[in-house]
Amino acid sequence: MSKRADQPRVPDRPLPRPEGLDAEFYAWCGRGELRFQRCGTCRAWRHLPRVLCPSCGSDQWTWEPSTGRGVVWSWTTTHQQFESGMGSRLPYASVVVELEEGVRVVALLADDFASTDLRLDLPVVVEIEVISDEIGLLVCGPSRHHP
Amino acid sequence: MSISGASAVVGIAETDYVRGSTVSNLERMLRTAQHAVADAGLTMSDVDGVIPPPGFVTVEELAANLGIESLRYSSTIAMGGASSTATLQTAAMAIATGVAHTVLCVVGWDGYSAMRSGAAATRGTDRPPSGPNPMTRTLSQYYRPYGVRVPAQFYSWLFNRYKLLHGVPDEAAGAVAVACRNHAQLNERALMRGRPLTLDDYLQARWVAEPLRLFDCCLETDAACAIVLTSVERARDLRHAPAVVLGVAEAHPYPADDLLSRRDPLRIALSDAAPRAFAMAGISPHEVDLLEIYDCFTYVVLLQLEALGLCGPGEAAGFVADGTIGLGGRYPLNTHGGLLSQGHMWGMNHVVELVRQLRHDAGPAQVPNAEIGVVTGWGDFGDGSVAVLARAR
Ligand SMILES: [Zn+2]
Repeated sequence: MSKRADQPRVPDRPLPRPEGLDAEFYAWCGRGELRFQRCGTCRAWRHLPRVLCPSCGSDQWTWEPSTGRGVVWSWTTTHQQFESGMGSRLPYASVVVELEEGVRVVALLADDFASTDLRLDLPVVVEIEVISDEIGLLVCGPSRHHP
Repeated sequence: MSISGASAVVGIAETDYVRGSTVSNLERMLRTAQHAVADAGLTMSDVDGVIPPPGFVTVEELAANLGIESLRYSSTIAMGGASSTATLQTAAMAIATGVAHTVLCVVGWDGYSAMRSGAAATRGTDRPPSGPNPMTRTLSQYYRPYGVRVPAQFYSWLFNRYKLLHGVPDEAAGAVAVACRNHAQLNERALMRGRPLTLDDYLQARWVAEPLRLFDCCLETDAACAIVLTSVERARDLRHAPAVVLGVAEAHPYPADDLLSRRDPLRIALSDAAPRAFAMAGISPHEVDLLEIYDCFTYVVLLQLEALGLCGPGEAAGFVADGTIGLGGRYPLNTHGGLLSQGHMWGMNHVVELVRQLRHDAGPAQVPNAEIGVVTGWGDFGDGSVAVLARAR
């Protein structure tokens, strides 16, 4: 008897189940690398992943590394449970970071970072919490080299 | 060819707004459709266009049950909460071009009951639970892994930035919540009738997702609404004062499938739609007698007041102060109670209320001598729609 039926099951944090270009994005994250698509023709960065460059229409692109440096664009601190897998973290801050490359990403606020310290345009770094070979999730931490 | 002034809303109907219903959503929509056609003084044989809502029912099912034998036109607008007002544009185009003569638009849902039956997954997602959805990929792959699943959360990214950029006090959203609740006290169909709300109650309420507190969020409701449009010529021979479609427009943010990769996510789609609708109507936004503004959340109202051109960017807090949006004020807002205090009916209840006001049939909530009003819709990741309706002279 390896599993006990009366043990309450703690739901897991929701994970992406990416396909196609989304899977490529998360596979880089699974290797601990934050990369975004960059157009091979006009050099524009983009996120979310797209098949064509919305700026110039080109289908040429590569996954290029981001510095991970950026500023806080906005955030929300969730108090009500909408997601059972996040219940143990309530309240938690989901942060929108505008990266140096110009793209914006969502990241969960790092455990050692208080949501009350968040400000618009606060310098932060986006780091990766590796979940598996296929997936890494983004974490918003304090900038270590405050200007 | 212009669609301005070519068509009018001539029939309206709505159910009560309840939580828990013994009637199926299909039956509720069918009954409401019958009532709207009867309200117009027409019969089903007059109806040759049907616009059903996305996800809840097919046009075939509606037409078969209602005995609409000579259907010439149908379409469905998939803009979430912006669909109902955008429906006016599609119906007006069909009528102005002669493609259809009389168009029935109906929407209904178990916004409360269905969400309670184990469907916590879709709770508050502000979308029908089925069908292709432009938000699914973005939500599941890029928002949900970070705990963001429902509109109260992802819209809050916009609300929080808007609030901080412009120094908007909590009392501004509170003024919207309180105005809607006050108006609901005058509406026997409103879910929140008999449950008044003070600004202090608003400020004391628990957080949902900052900056949203409990009373910033609309009500999950079981209900249905229907409207009937026909040509202005035919409308003049019918029972009620026609509510003429003077101006109407929709707009889609770019890109519409992600809130965050837009050049300026705070520039909402209504900013593009509103000038087109007012130009078509030939009026300034300051000429309207009342406002029926889509209010899934209080802050969405503030953003839309600015996008309509009623005030400048960041100025909505001043606009809603001092009773301006209450009955008796210059711009009475959501005179039925809105999604916030009447119930969530995809904004078709806003269209119904505007028509009722223009008929001078709104009872204790009547805006004296209402001649012209504006109704908006907001849906999905910020799709926008707007219509200017006027009482026929
Ligand atoms: Zn390009």
